[in-house]
Amino acid sequence: MKTTGRSILKNASGWALPAIILLLWEIAARTGLISPNVMAAPSAVAEAFWRLLLSGELIRNIGVSTARALSGFVIGGSIGLVFGLANGLSGLSRNLTDTTLQMVRNIPHLALIPLVILWFGIDEQAKLFLVALGVFFPIYVNTLLGIQSVDPQLVEMGRVYGMSRPTLFFRVILPGALPAIFVGLRYALGIMWLTLIVAETIAASSGLGYMAMQAREFLLIDVVVLSILIYALLGKLADSLARLLERLTLQWHPAFQTA
Amino acid sequence: MSVIALNPKSEPLGKTPKETAEARALRETTPREWFPYAAPQARGRDPQDIAFSFRDIGRKFGDKTVLDNIDLDVPAGQFLAVIGKSGCGKSTLLRLLTGLDRPTTGTLTVNKGESGENRTRIMFQEPRLLPWARIAKNVEVGLTGIAGGEESREKSLAILREVGLADRAGEWPSVLSGGQRQRVALARALVAHPYILALDEPLGALDALTRIEMQQLLERIWLQQKFTAVLVTHDVAEAVALADRVIVIDKGKIALDLDIPLERPRRHGSPELARLEGEILDTLFGEKAGQ
Repeated sequence: MKTTGRSILKNASGWALPAIILLLWEIAARTGLISPNVMAAPSAVAEAFWRLLLSGELIRNIGVSTARALSGFVIGGSIGLVFGLANGLSGLSRNLTDTTLQMVRNIPHLALIPLVILWFGIDEQAKLFLVALGVFFPIYVNTLLGIQSVDPQLVEMGRVYGMSRPTLFFRVILPGALPAIFVGLRYALGIMWLTLIVAETIAASSGLGYMAMQAREFLLIDVVVLSILIYALLGKLADSLARLLERLTLQWHPAFQTA
Repeated sequence: MSVIALNPKSEPLGKTPKETAEARALRETTPREWFPYAAPQARGRDPQDIAFSFRDIGRKFGDKTVLDNIDLDVPAGQFLAVIGKSGCGKSTLLRLLTGLDRPTTGTLTVNKGESGENRTRIMFQEPRLLPWARIAKNVEVGLTGIAGGEESREKSLAILREVGLADRAGEWPSVLSGGQRQRVALARALVAHPYILALDEPLGALDALTRIEMQQLLERIWLQQKFTAVLVTHDVAEAVALADRVIVIDKGKIALDLDIPLERPRRHGSPELARLEGEILDTLFGEKAGQ
């Protein structure tokens, strides 16, 4: 019992600072230290949250944005994973594609927005394309790195014990590369939200970014702040999910063992 | 017995080991059910069988000759120790034997038993356990392609009992000590009943006491299973304490081939062992070292 209480306290300690900031912010807004057309008070943001929740607008926009983020992530992530695995396992594949990929990687993908709008307009494809492109590289680079850093002594051991290529891959290479792949995954999740926000604020007709831009037009500063907060929460949620997955699959790793 | 003979001329065997009274007593009194599962019958218990033979084996890396015309016949069940200074080619010899490397010249014949599968196992200097597999699963790696499921689980637990680690079967390798990890590696190498067990300085990284413990464990299991053991080591005392026969490799050639006809168990520090040790060191460093 004592330990669970302590762990709750430990988890709660991370939230103490945001709570204090929120409190100071509310006081500053109430006393007029911050003018309402610069920054909305937390209470006003909460009010906006309630209003939009009741109208169904909030849920709809969150749904649209999440669907975009996830489908872009799945597309870009799986292509990145496939290329990372292929280039990590086959020298031929690496020779053929790595140079090209490394060149493309150095173009900031958001610089492609004008081109993307010309190609796809402000349709769904534009957002999907940008998110997928943004997510691709961290997954690709880290998967490749992970496979290349698998202990060659373990691979040799697997060969001596007569492992077939698929067995070798699933029992030795993939588990060895997994920690690096997870690093890529967490980077990619961050880039996923970043790309989506930028894409939605520039060219969209629905979604959280669109909601924020609409609110700006009507000077609804509480809604603008609300969308920013929701982005923060969604980002944190995605990261927590990745960490949970990491903890479940990397139990063997000394860093994840709670002794 | 299917001997994959690449060399049609079968030459007379070089040396046959003198089976010690201790080993014979154990062999004759130990029932086949010593292990909870039957050892493959095809193994050459008969000292007339050869486990493997090297004929004019040479291995070059570029211009550098690492092994030069090695001729070596090892009877089944022999405990052979290979000694040499570092870089003398003794590890290359093991890599050739286990198929990790191929000879530049010559023929290598390995007796693979009736089923024809490769039952040559190697134990490395490092344990090389999979960090993401629990101990029992790591041992089951030794049964890849031989047994699966419940059967492999039972066999791996049985061999873990043999090396004294049955209670650690469910743990991750990261929580074991160096000596325990090396014992798991030994269990993994032995679980499929190898015909030949190649040992590449497996005790080199252990502390002196753990090392002696491991030597005794190795000797006990070898006496039970009677596989052919090839131990590469730097440690002359270890070689004479464990082996039936010691060969010294120098500059890519066999410089000394010496029988160790001593009874087992051997006591560390006995005068016979010391004399043989001296003889080997003389070969390694010239006569000066002996004076």
